[in-house]
Amino acid sequence: MYRSLFPRDLFAELDRLQRDMSGVFDYSPAIRGLGRGGYPGLNVGSTPTGIEVFAFAPGVEPASVEVHLDRGVLTIAGERKAATPAASDEKTTLHLNERFAGRFRRVVSMPDDIDPATVQAEFRDGVLRVSAQRKAAAQPRRIDVQ
Amino acid sequence: MNTLTRTADTPAAAPTRPEAALLPPVDVIEDATGITLYADLPGVPRDKLNLRVEGDQLTLEGEIELAVTQGMESTHAEVTLPRYRRAFTLSKELDATQVSAELSQGVLRVRIPKAAHAQPRRIEVRVA
Repeated sequence: MYRSLFPRDLFAELDRLQRDMSGVFDYSPAIRGLGRGGYPGLNVGSTPTGIEVFAFAPGVEPASVEVHLDRGVLTIAGERKAATPAASDEKTTLHLNERFAGRFRRVVSMPDDIDPATVQAEFRDGVLRVSAQRKAAAQPRRIDVQ
Repeated sequence: MNTLTRTADTPAAAPTRPEAALLPPVDVIEDATGITLYADLPGVPRDKLNLRVEGDQLTLEGEIELAVTQGMESTHAEVTLPRYRRAFTLSKELDATQVSAELSQGVLRVRIPKAAHAQPRRIEVRVA
């Protein structure tokens, strides 16, 4: 179902190798995986005050993307229409077809100390950026010595 | 022996290698009048996109620009390099001077028309 994000990419090959290896060894990843590959590609970063998720989703209508946060699980879902012509069109030839098309859904487990009210999402240049602040109680504080 | 030590001492003489880049996925569609190329370049703003034709080579290159908060620590990364690069060799019947491109929502669309002499023509058959 998932097409490699970057074809002929060494990491994609290593990922395939890892999948093959996981069948040989008794390997048990996290239940939601957060594996490499798939569409959109995800980068996750954290700061002392919050967390940021970057979803690389080019060619998707920003209005059609669904971003949900439910019990600490962030879901990014939507659909990307194919740019390629229908197979019935005889006048065109498809030479390379590497880009993802169809419905997608990716899930990220957020840390427990995220404040759901502070979650924000914005789209720019095909990248969806979801940011959330940590709860005030979890923010790092400097304690004054009396 | 002498030449061996000399080459070892002058690493700067080596040709500069381009920086490592991701290979963006593309779709290439050909129709009667030309070729359309779509490339996924998420995170590349218009001013960081470099599309050029040198001789018969079409190169697309783009730098990713993300609004990252200062002091952010990466905990998971699938897009591991800050740039994309990919090159294609154009064939003779394509008109490299008429290349047009547009970038929208992280997708680059390049249109390369076929040269006038390579456009399809219907040849009239005359009855003698």
